[in-house]
Amino acid sequence: MIPGEKERPIIRMYRVHKRFGSKAALTDISLEINENEFVLISGASGAGKTTLLKLIYRGESASEGQVLVDGMNLLRIPRNRIPELRRKLGIIFQDYKLIPDKTAFENVALVLEAAGHPRRFIGKKVKSVLRGVGMEEKADAFPPSLSGGEQQRVAVARAMVGDPKVILADEPTGSLDPDSAGVIFSLLEQYHRKGATLLVATHDRDLIRNAGGRVIHLEQGRLITGR
Amino acid sequence: MYRFWQRALRDISANKFLNGITAVTIALSVLIVSAFGLMALNLHSLMEKWRHGIRVLVYLEPDVSSKERKTLEDRIRRIEGVSGVIFISKEAGLAGMKERMRILDTLLADLDQNPLPDTFEVSLDAAALETNRVEGIVSTIQGMASVEEVTYGKVWLDRFTGLVHLFRFGGAAMGGLFTVAAMFIVANTIRLVLYSRQQEIEIMRLIGASDRFITAPFYIQGLFQGFLGGVVGLAALYGLFEIASRRIGGYLPVGFGDIRYFSLPTVFSILGCAMLVGWIGCYLSLKGFLKR
Repeated sequence: MIPGEKERPIIRMYRVHKRFGSKAALTDISLEINENEFVLISGASGAGKTTLLKLIYRGESASEGQVLVDGMNLLRIPRNRIPELRRKLGIIFQDYKLIPDKTAFENVALVLEAAGHPRRFIGKKVKSVLRGVGMEEKADAFPPSLSGGEQQRVAVARAMVGDPKVILADEPTGSLDPDSAGVIFSLLEQYHRKGATLLVATHDRDLIRNAGGRVIHLEQGRLITGR
Repeated sequence: MYRFWQRALRDISANKFLNGITAVTIALSVLIVSAFGLMALNLHSLMEKWRHGIRVLVYLEPDVSSKERKTLEDRIRRIEGVSGVIFISKEAGLAGMKERMRILDTLLADLDQNPLPDTFEVSLDAAALETNRVEGIVSTIQGMASVEEVTYGKVWLDRFTGLVHLFRFGGAAMGGLFTVAAMFIVANTIRLVLYSRQQEIEIMRLIGASDRFITAPFYIQGLFQGFLGGVVGLAALYGLFEIASRRIGGYLPVGFGDIRYFSLPTVFSILGCAMLVGWIGCYLSLKGFLKR
């Protein structure tokens, strides 16, 4: 953020509730996340971190309240505009969510193919992003032949390749050893320093302590504190 | 488009057996429906030729004088729609019958007297045949003096027309049944492929792929199954047609022409319909799947 520049919210939630049947997953959540902000969402398992991220990428709809992402009102957007929303976001999951019968290169390229980019551009861009995460050498490897850390690096490359304004990461280091977790986190920080908004859901206390971003704490679906 | 084809071909090659079964079902549907269509087409054209070759036979009463006969001939010629009248004496009629029915040679040779009457063979012009005025002409001649009986191939023509209708109706009913069956089989094949690629589709959605991007390869697959089924079905029908036409062709009376296969535009239309069946099957399957 340039000093003196006015902070502009890219994600806004206002009095959001999410219920699954009679069970409340999120209760009365109101928050704003600015452009180029780094936010950690902490909380125990089942606190509502994943649900909160799902509301942002419209994996779920809010039962009540308003969710706005980069000017799009998610309560009102029709189903056919959800892909447009998701192309503004890069999403990283704890279980990587890579397509097993596609190579690392193909998994990353899929984002640009879905966005309709020409093949030549896709080739260059994917190579450069894989180089950036240190996976250029393993571009032709299939996910099952890669370690957990390597798979997550491919997933990070996939999240970044479309140059999204926002990266959502749901427990990105949850399945990794400390060294691999460190690599993934530094890759996310690098991308954030280029100007992207970074939203990381985690219950890793060390990560929360050492990372520099704002912390949002969830407890039983309610927003408790912020750092 | 290249990527869609690539993904479609990958799915086809990964599910060869399923795709094969679907194409065979479509091929069977095309074969059965087209076989009925081909039979109806040939019977119809045979009937049309027959209709245009209809002669009205006017049998005269016995002992009609030549003057009365001449008067009758003139009156028949003056009827609108009559294009020609030929007199066949009973002797010429018997000779003609002996010529045509050699199998009855000995039987006919034993006849004491000629049982055939003198006859006028009346031919009609095309307009009279087209506008179905045959019956009016027949009843006019029937009412004339010296006429014993008037016949033409109406009974046979009616029976034949009934047969053509039966083929058309049977073809349409069987066609409908098989088309629906083929659609559901395509839908199920695509559904199985969808289930096997459920995780991939879910990931595609998460990275912002549109429904069009996700479904296009499946539609290509459905169209391909339809095309393959159509080609196989039509090729099988052509093989059967060749065998049948060689066997039946020799029995057809001269002047009735040859039995024929579908014209090229009809072949393309059938292929188009088979592809449409594949597309609809795919649509039925994807419609429910994507809503989830």
